[in-house]
Amino acid sequence: MALTHLEKLEAESIQIMREVISVTENPVMLYSIGKDSAVMLHIAMKAFYPSKPPFPLLHVDTGWKFRAMYDFRDKIAKRLGIELITYKNPAGEEQGINPFTHGSSVHTDIMKTQGLKQALDKYQFDAAFAGARRDEEKSRAKERIFSFRSSDHRWDPKNQRPELWKNYNANKRPGESIRVFPISNWTELDIWQYIHLENIPVVPLYLSASRPVVERDGTLIMVDDERMPMLPGEAALMRKVRFRTLGCYPLTGAIESNATSLPEVIQEMLLAKTSERQGRMIDQDSFSSMEKKKQEGYF
Amino acid sequence: MANSSELIASDIEQYLQQHQKKRLLRFITCGSVDDGKSTLIGRLLYDSKLLFEDQLEMLEAESKKFGTQGKNVDFALLVDGLAAEREQGITIDVAYRFFTTDKRKFIVADTPGHEQYTQNMVTGASTADVAVLMVDARKGILTQTRRHSYLVTLIGLQKIVVAINKMDLVQFSESKFNDIKEQYSQFSRQIGVADITFIPMSALTGDNITEPSPNMPWFHGSTLLGFLESVEIDEQRLQQTPFRMPVQWVNRPNLDFRGFSGQITSGVIKPGDLIRILPSGKQTHIKKIVTYDGELNQAVAGQSITLVMEDEIDISRGDLLTSATEPAAIGKQFNTTIIWMNEKPLLASRHYIMQIGTKSVAATITAIKHQVNVNTMECMAAKRLNQNDIGQCNINLDQNIPFDAYIDNRDSGSFILIDRMTNNTVGAGLINFVLRRSQNITIQAVDVNKQQRAELNKQKPCVVWLTGLSGSGKSTIANVIEKKLHATGHHTYLLDGDNVRHGLNKDLGFTEHDRIENIRRIAEVARLMVDSGLIVITAFISPFAEERLMARELVADDEFIEVYVNTPLEVAEKRDVKGLYKKARRGELKNFTGIDSPYEAPTNAECVIDTLQTNVEEAADIIIKRILHEKPVGSWGN
Repeated sequence: MALTHLEKLEAESIQIMREVISVTENPVMLYSIGKDSAVMLHIAMKAFYPSKPPFPLLHVDTGWKFRAMYDFRDKIAKRLGIELITYKNPAGEEQGINPFTHGSSVHTDIMKTQGLKQALDKYQFDAAFAGARRDEEKSRAKERIFSFRSSDHRWDPKNQRPELWKNYNANKRPGESIRVFPISNWTELDIWQYIHLENIPVVPLYLSASRPVVERDGTLIMVDDERMPMLPGEAALMRKVRFRTLGCYPLTGAIESNATSLPEVIQEMLLAKTSERQGRMIDQDSFSSMEKKKQEGYF
Repeated sequence: MANSSELIASDIEQYLQQHQKKRLLRFITCGSVDDGKSTLIGRLLYDSKLLFEDQLEMLEAESKKFGTQGKNVDFALLVDGLAAEREQGITIDVAYRFFTTDKRKFIVADTPGHEQYTQNMVTGASTADVAVLMVDARKGILTQTRRHSYLVTLIGLQKIVVAINKMDLVQFSESKFNDIKEQYSQFSRQIGVADITFIPMSALTGDNITEPSPNMPWFHGSTLLGFLESVEIDEQRLQQTPFRMPVQWVNRPNLDFRGFSGQITSGVIKPGDLIRILPSGKQTHIKKIVTYDGELNQAVAGQSITLVMEDEIDISRGDLLTSATEPAAIGKQFNTTIIWMNEKPLLASRHYIMQIGTKSVAATITAIKHQVNVNTMECMAAKRLNQNDIGQCNINLDQNIPFDAYIDNRDSGSFILIDRMTNNTVGAGLINFVLRRSQNITIQAVDVNKQQRAELNKQKPCVVWLTGLSGSGKSTIANVIEKKLHATGHHTYLLDGDNVRHGLNKDLGFTEHDRIENIRRIAEVARLMVDSGLIVITAFISPFAEERLMARELVADDEFIEVYVNTPLEVAEKRDVKGLYKKARRGELKNFTGIDSPYEAPTNAECVIDTLQTNVEEAADIIIKRILHEKPVGSWGN
């Protein structure tokens, strides 16, 4: 009997999750509502079966996610019977931080990076699962599965622990916490294929539908609610679009597409000419922007 | 090559069905700086059409800025991930890459060839099935090639591809290829590489990477990718190895279900099979194999499952479930091969945490048998292992563990060593064999025990461990403590430099190694004296936190009182009763604490004496109060 690549990847992710809950005190799963989170959560359901995953989900909310994402999030947590903690940076909310007036980098830093740090500190989580993959971006390719953060949540790429065999060292210094990436070795194609194979529910925004969008600097932005300020002469047009990654709606570019089923999405992806992160505006600033953000505490 | 683009376009469902059945091969690339490893991986990604337009645009932009290929695209930039590396132009850490072809899916561990990064190669090899060894056709077999071959063989990779690269720079010469092949074959017989394949190629120009090279019609073997797509994956052998599964987690959703979750590391298991639980040695039958997707009638190496047993047996995390007919062995003293991965060297008699499978135990390096010169494979005497050194060491554990020899089982025969102070992973190890000697030393059960001796002495025995700089006042305070305790009828003994250095430890000098051994012996003696019912006072600089921790852990929790005699260096140096600081400052005394050797101040001492605020008499009284008050005679248990 031979295991397929997806069976191997799944077994590895399960092994990682079981290690973490056995050796840490207060783990949490960062749940971003996207496809990677969906896969990670599905694997968690398998890893501890017939028990429920012994940790809550944490969604660090920026206040600017797509409405369809909030709906989906609440439904999934209820359906699976897992505790869902949502956290929004209160100072940022009070100041009305938003991507339009403050720009993407300020918004992301305050609502996402700072919000995440505050939430982890508030609940004293010592390990946080996150659905990052090594094929996403170059600095991720070198990050360990157990990635340590100092008490101020900084990542030190020069000082990572070697990971050998299946042997993960989770011993922490006081104040340190761990980000654990159980799906590190999955690729975008693996994720989609697994979602297809396992029938995992995902936010409908990944499939094409007629949606109101405006075009700004060559990017299609969906007008998801009335907070989106229209420029003079600008009007939302209905176009058949879908999203390759999901984040804050004003910062997430849509692509025109006719793919209304998962196989069609995969087909488009395989024939596509741009990588998935292109729809995400945060790592186009400079060659090493993701690495810098991670050092500052962005997961 | 590739991603059957046509099928994707015409029948995606069909493509997905094919892709779903693909198997996974993990390989590692190794070679010296400039052998073209990164270029090769960049090329594989490029040729398997896994690069998107935006990535290509970024690659072109970066090639202009950082590239080493003039106007051409520098594939290496695709994989040299971190900013620091791009600036230096070398790869400095393990990176993992992914690509897929019609036949297989691949994970590549890209590891550096730079001298000081042996550890990264060992790390990358530990999860790989195959090694691709890069050789520059112009340079032939170098010292590094030998080193890399030795390392991948040590880690147990049975299949090696010797990729003779840059053939374009030697006019695609067949004789050059044959020379290198002959040279390598000779060497490989020495180290016992099992299965070698030679491929002449050029990563830069793409010859023999995915397509047979028109420039080398004399070569009839498969291309590199052709080889990787067809080489046998070691799954069959792993399934034929006896069953092993370390228990990760006890799964108890309710009172009616008790399962044991883990990943099978070798063998096959079925309901009804008899298994043995180690180290307890108890046996039971498998009742069922539980997964989210339903119960299985068989599970194999690599699967993560939950097992339910026929009998209610005590099983917990750290136990190893094994075949009853071919169980793992049990031992606590081993001959091991250790690859050292930390700036702080490995020293004999140091204590570490050993993590093996899902078990963590306290480990002491009892002897460094020899160091292996990774370039010549010669054994050399060694007192320490520095970062990237490899050595054979004896290890002693504080308890029995189940294990297999590494050559028999990579998972139950491998471990990592963790530094107890920093929590870093400082070494990786392979178990060679158990030292039978351990089985002959059984602890003699005695009729008179510690408690009875203590009761006769009418006192609670303990170790009072004074630590501090030379000249801080340890010996003076220790002396007063003993005098006062003696005067009140207590049975005591004072261990200090004078009565230890001249006798028990007269063979020891002042190197770091000897100073650790010095403290180890003192700690052991103190333990015996506590056992005999005495209050033991020690007065040694004992500068390293690790050795003090070791001393602490030799006795019971409430039997160790660490006293930090805190005197600032300037003050101690000014006192300089024995004139040692002056000598050290003149360079006549090496490794002198506070001058050219560090003092690690205690952070969790039971007692801190500030000698600027407290005189000797007061200090002694504070400490005696601690010794007597906290643990009054007669009110303590076992």
